[in-house]
Amino acid sequence: MNFQHPYSELLRTDRLPHIWCPGCGLGIALDSFCMAIAEMKLPLDKLAVISGIGCSGRIAGYLNVDSFHTTHGRAIPFATGLHLANPELNVVVFSGDGDLVGIGGNHLIHAARRNLNLKVFCVNNFIYGMTGGQMGPTTPPGAISATSPFGNIEYAFNLPHLAASCGAVYVARWTVLDILKLKKSMQEALNKKGFSFIEIISPCPTLYGRFNNQNTGVEMMRYFKTHTVHNPKANLSEIEISHGGQIVVGKFLDIERPTFMELYRKVVQERVKRTLDEKYEEKAYPQEHT
Amino acid sequence: MKTEIRIAGLGGQGVILAGYILGKTATIYQNKHATLTQSYGPESRGSACSACVIISDEEIFYPHLTNTDVGIFMSQDGYHKFNREAKDSALLFLDSDLVKPEEKDAGKLLFIPATQIAEKLGKKIVANMVILGFLARHSGIVTLEALREAVGSIVSKKHLELNLKALYQGYNYQVEKVR
Amino acid sequence: MKNNHLPLSQSHFINGNEACAEAALLAGCRFFAGYPITPSTEIAEHLAERLPEVGGIFIQMEDEIASMNAVLGAVWGGLKGMSATSGPGFSLMMENIGLAVMTETPCVVVDVQRGGPSTGLATLVGQGDMMQARWGSHGSYEIIALCPSSPQEFFYQTIQAFNLSEKFRVPVLLMADEMVGHMSEKVVIPPIEKLEIYPRRYTLKPPGEYKVYQRAENGVPEMVKAGDGYRIHVTGTTHDERGYPFMNEETQKELIPRLVDKIRKNHKELIDTKEFFTEDAEVVLVGYGITARTLRWVAHLAREKNLKVGVLKLNIVWPFPDEVVLNLAKKVKALVVCEINMGQMVREVERAAKGFCEVKFMGHPGGGMHSPTDILEAVQQVKA
Repeated sequence: MNFQHPYSELLRTDRLPHIWCPGCGLGIALDSFCMAIAEMKLPLDKLAVISGIGCSGRIAGYLNVDSFHTTHGRAIPFATGLHLANPELNVVVFSGDGDLVGIGGNHLIHAARRNLNLKVFCVNNFIYGMTGGQMGPTTPPGAISATSPFGNIEYAFNLPHLAASCGAVYVARWTVLDILKLKKSMQEALNKKGFSFIEIISPCPTLYGRFNNQNTGVEMMRYFKTHTVHNPKANLSEIEISHGGQIVVGKFLDIERPTFMELYRKVVQERVKRTLDEKYEEKAYPQEHT
Repeated sequence: MKTEIRIAGLGGQGVILAGYILGKTATIYQNKHATLTQSYGPESRGSACSACVIISDEEIFYPHLTNTDVGIFMSQDGYHKFNREAKDSALLFLDSDLVKPEEKDAGKLLFIPATQIAEKLGKKIVANMVILGFLARHSGIVTLEALREAVGSIVSKKHLELNLKALYQGYNYQVEKVR
Repeated sequence: MKNNHLPLSQSHFINGNEACAEAALLAGCRFFAGYPITPSTEIAEHLAERLPEVGGIFIQMEDEIASMNAVLGAVWGGLKGMSATSGPGFSLMMENIGLAVMTETPCVVVDVQRGGPSTGLATLVGQGDMMQARWGSHGSYEIIALCPSSPQEFFYQTIQAFNLSEKFRVPVLLMADEMVGHMSEKVVIPPIEKLEIYPRRYTLKPPGEYKVYQRAENGVPEMVKAGDGYRIHVTGTTHDERGYPFMNEETQKELIPRLVDKIRKNHKELIDTKEFFTEDAEVVLVGYGITARTLRWVAHLAREKNLKVGVLKLNIVWPFPDEVVLNLAKKVKALVVCEINMGQMVREVERAAKGFCEVKFMGHPGGGMHSPTDILEAVQQVKA
């Protein structure tokens, strides 16, 4: 019997099976992405996926496109260079909450501020998975983790609010249970010009769930199902995720704003073209001495 | 022949630019070797700043001054800080309105009210050009012709006339007395 | 005169940082990412103006970590890329200089050294990052580092740095210092056709036959860029020749020796030193960067006193020119190592001299340069 993966064209099948735990949501996030690009018939040679470090850092390596697995937190600046060097590429950053918002938080806010044409898909499982379940910048207050054994005393980032206030032009949040909406959102982001941010809420039963009385992927998915509220009109400042509370999902923002590259072409390069000739003649005496 | 020049004043007086013009004049227009180094405080304006220029017929190895031949001082602080490093046969060019010299330097001094002349021309910031013209006349380190070329290669057309005027006024300034 | 707005091939009176920036353009650099820091900022400022003129991209990033990564991304996007910084920023770049080594990403990093540690002397000279250049990132690796001692040398070494980085696919570190960066001197820019510019070695193999880390000439793999249909995977994790991560001893044993041997086995090609008056010298002064000029002045003063003093000037400091130092050690009484730090390259000189002669050290904590007379005195003590 010779089975073929339905997305064998999109995946490096020689790298499978993947490293993710049973019940993990990363496979679903990756699957949504495959569905999205397969349906769009996106030219795969012009797609680049960049990941940082962590469980979700492995996503880039499973995709059969130009893929880069960088250092912890640095997927966005790497993607910045790649995008600016070749603006023809559709550059996707696919990584985790600890990577993008913890150690790499500075890059996230600045890339959004610059409105670089990057698509950032942030899988949020509320915890540092690969290192064994430590609390992070998205761990809800009160949640137990390996480094918050008495309950997390820190406030968590509200990622859609953060991205939007920093200047992203497309912001959405879905759980991995909203697979078709997530797919559609990814397609919209891929077609969008500018900094697009999708938060993907994903279960980590092995660590986050086990610490917080949700021992299996199914239990965590059931939790998502019963606690998800679809409200695209929600006030972004009010949709932080609390321990045991609601998860507000939806496409919250879809606006237009000139991108960094558009402005670079329009302002810098046009200006240079206009003034270059005069610049080299404006000095009183041209230098011809050698 | 090697000449070591110290230019000192305050940030905003064009001290570094004066050093740069000297260096460029020597290297590009008089085919000599020159090295410009500079020092300044963390403030952008008003702090003590100084430029060191070495002009030589041969390759310059050590870029710091060891024996100052020429001092150009456009502030009292700058003068006090650096007048001691000048050797006995040195020439010190002073902005007469801004620097009051010490008795012991009496034999080395040349005065010009450079800032005043510049103000009369309309822009205080060309005081450095006035003093460069004055230097060309009295030191022989650079020629007026070469200085003119260097200034023209740096200054935009719009500002050239004013700068050259300042340069010539410095060059033609009649020294009342070498005190 | 207007050609494609590359620098005019003529004599300029410019500072080292400007010379470096212009040389980068001639070497083909079309991407710069950086963060303002004294005393390297003039490189960024100059390129912010000049890169758009030649169709390149300049971006000021949020920090030096981001700058280094943006350069690596741009290189895989098909451009030659560079960043420039000083001590504190150089420290921040270290992790991703390691990423450049591991992913064999050619790029140039300029460190205009100032007095340290920490903020230290932001506006004054130092040479205290020399060992950091060699060992600053974690793990085992080899790297190339150059030290210019004048704006003119800064110009040529920038081009050399780009060439070596393309040839060996390693990050090349240009270890300048505040004096060389800020001092202005005559810099002759030759016509571009007289410069040897090493182009990126892109593979001629079609996708399917190409493996991203398959060893080619000198053990260096051929390159591709993103978007060309090769569907590459590039990772900082230990990887096989397809670029796939394998976290095991076998893969490490295959990969790391190859990375290290790119430099070690081509070591002879990477010797770049200059000797002055060493034929009959009894004492040889060893230095690099701005200090090498002090030493040449000291040698000049010593010869006037009939002291047989020579100078060994290191242009490429990493890999260290062991053979050159050993040969000198065998024929002189002493090697006197002078550097603006409290003792770094002197350890290499001691190691390379293998006890054949005395090795003396004259350090300087930074903020200024050695006094020529102090060095001269030390030389005279050796003689006695």
